[in-house]
Amino acid sequence: MSGAAKLSLGPVLFNWSPERWRDFYLRMADEAPVDVVHVGEVVCSKRQPFFDKVIPEVVERLTAAGKQVVLSSLALVMTERERDGIRALTGEETGFLVEANDYSAAAALKGRPHVVGPLVNVYNEGTLAYLARNGAVRVCLPPELSAATIGCLAGQGLTEIEVQAFGRLPLAISARCYHARSRNLHKDGCQYVCGEDPDGMVVDTMDGKPFLAVNGTQTMSYHYANLLGELTALRDLGVAHFRLSPHACDMVAVARLFRAVLDGGRSAEEAAAPLEDLLPDAEFANGYVHGREGHRMVQGESLPSGIL
Amino acid sequence: MSAENVELVCPAGTPAALKAAVDAGADCVYVGFRDETNARNFPGLNFSRPELADGIAYAHERGTKVLVAINTFPRAGQPEIWRKAVDDAARLKADAVILADVGLCDYAHRAHPELRLHLSVQASASSAEAIRFYHQAFGIQRAVLPRVLTVPEIAALCGQVPIEMEVFVFGGLCVMAEGRCSLSSYATGQSPNMNGVCSPASHVRYVEKGDKVVSQLGGFTINTFRSGESAGYPTLCKGRFEANGRLSYLFEEPTSLNTLSLLPDLIAAGVTAFKIEGRQRGRAYVGNVVTAFRRAVDAIRRGETPPAIDLDAITEGNRQTSGAYERSWR
Repeated sequence: MSGAAKLSLGPVLFNWSPERWRDFYLRMADEAPVDVVHVGEVVCSKRQPFFDKVIPEVVERLTAAGKQVVLSSLALVMTERERDGIRALTGEETGFLVEANDYSAAAALKGRPHVVGPLVNVYNEGTLAYLARNGAVRVCLPPELSAATIGCLAGQGLTEIEVQAFGRLPLAISARCYHARSRNLHKDGCQYVCGEDPDGMVVDTMDGKPFLAVNGTQTMSYHYANLLGELTALRDLGVAHFRLSPHACDMVAVARLFRAVLDGGRSAEEAAAPLEDLLPDAEFANGYVHGREGHRMVQGESLPSGIL
Repeated sequence: MSAENVELVCPAGTPAALKAAVDAGADCVYVGFRDETNARNFPGLNFSRPELADGIAYAHERGTKVLVAINTFPRAGQPEIWRKAVDDAARLKADAVILADVGLCDYAHRAHPELRLHLSVQASASSAEAIRFYHQAFGIQRAVLPRVLTVPEIAALCGQVPIEMEVFVFGGLCVMAEGRCSLSSYATGQSPNMNGVCSPASHVRYVEKGDKVVSQLGGFTINTFRSGESAGYPTLCKGRFEANGRLSYLFEEPTSLNTLSLLPDLIAAGVTAFKIEGRQRGRAYVGNVVTAFRRAVDAIRRGETPPAIDLDAITEGNRQTSGAYERSWR
């Protein structure tokens, strides 16, 4: 698989306006050097109706641009309406791959080729083997795995393995909406306040240190994952896809930098400064793949080169 | 589900706590091995194989079942540790194992077809479809529901799945969907899913700053207390943070779950088993809580209103909540 690694664009996890959301995907269709694009509301079913009317146009444009479109499912499925949503997404054969982000979707996709998303717990080869038998052709691994684990799973040769290489990491999902709670509101009457923060709401510690980011019912890392320096080592371990998680910054430029490093056009060191220029206020992290705390930025340590 | 068949599932982090729970009237106790295969992998806690054999003998002589939690996610390349835990629980005649990982469910179902399997809360199966998946694929006979559902949602769920439902009724409270949270490893490198620990004590520090005590986890400030005020343990999601220009317990107050008053509603909803959290607790705590819930369940069985029981002393004055069981919690 070495040398053939692909870039994928994850689903937009934030509550962008339908116009912004549509324009973002259309620009990515036209300009971004990504192979796969994920579309669909993963975090909160209350947002879903706003995007339904623009999804067909977005999917059509992405397909016409030669992108493989993957439809992502909701992460936490509880209510009748949410169950109906999963049935609609997985029910009829549409010709598009579906990404399962929980086991209600994975179960419905049994026997059909599908993708398993990073919000499903795939920590070991036993689970990976089961999911492969169930029909998974690609698995995007959870964020907290080390390179040793990633290498072990990629080395199984059971499915394609994907790893998030850019963007805030999805750390937790809840029934409770913390965006609403931060305004003394409940989820039922949330006034969609999550829409005010296109990259999530920064959460600081009491002594003013930025720590986390809240995106409605989802809690994310404050730090942006940045695996520019680990791309080639992970590719050599067998990782076939690298996921860029959308943010409000210039994602076309981000994708070009990651593409250039994968293609050998730029070194990771050469791409580092331009990426920082694109996100002047962001802090980056790569700790998890180094087997460390997720918020750490480890430099000068190489990843294991072989499969453990 | 009638109150007659309801089970009280009680925590035992030590052989002494197991005896206390059994003696106080537990229908089941749940335990873990002394290693990373369970989600309470704390120093000085849990059972060696011989201790579990003795504990099972003690419980079975008194008509109490023993469930073994093997509910972390096996490390890639090293499935043997977790598989051996399942093998040993079966060999020692545990009444069920409580599993979270799909790969381990698959192993247990194939290797021990006679062994009763429960789905851990850490699997976070929150819909009828997800629960039916685990039942159909691995013969799971009971699911512990994640603490995300309201009582009406639980009632609807119970009518849509062919297996028993277990819910948490007392003790520590995850505010995130269980088993789907990496906050702890983000701050400390260790997580419930991988290491069986959340906000581990090894990464906790209490730092004096002037007239304040600051509690930290992995170097991040989780809360601040006045000197002399009792400084609570810095569980990450129960800390005070600043967001939207306001300092608050953004995720949850330092509170514990207490659903004593909801027990009749949960029984009417069709729940089979009530789980008390607290394998890290001592035998006195376990004995007191189990006694209180035994009295409540027995009262409901007799058709009486459950007695008002003051659990404040047990929760050390902590605030109590009915959590996600009431919709306004969301």
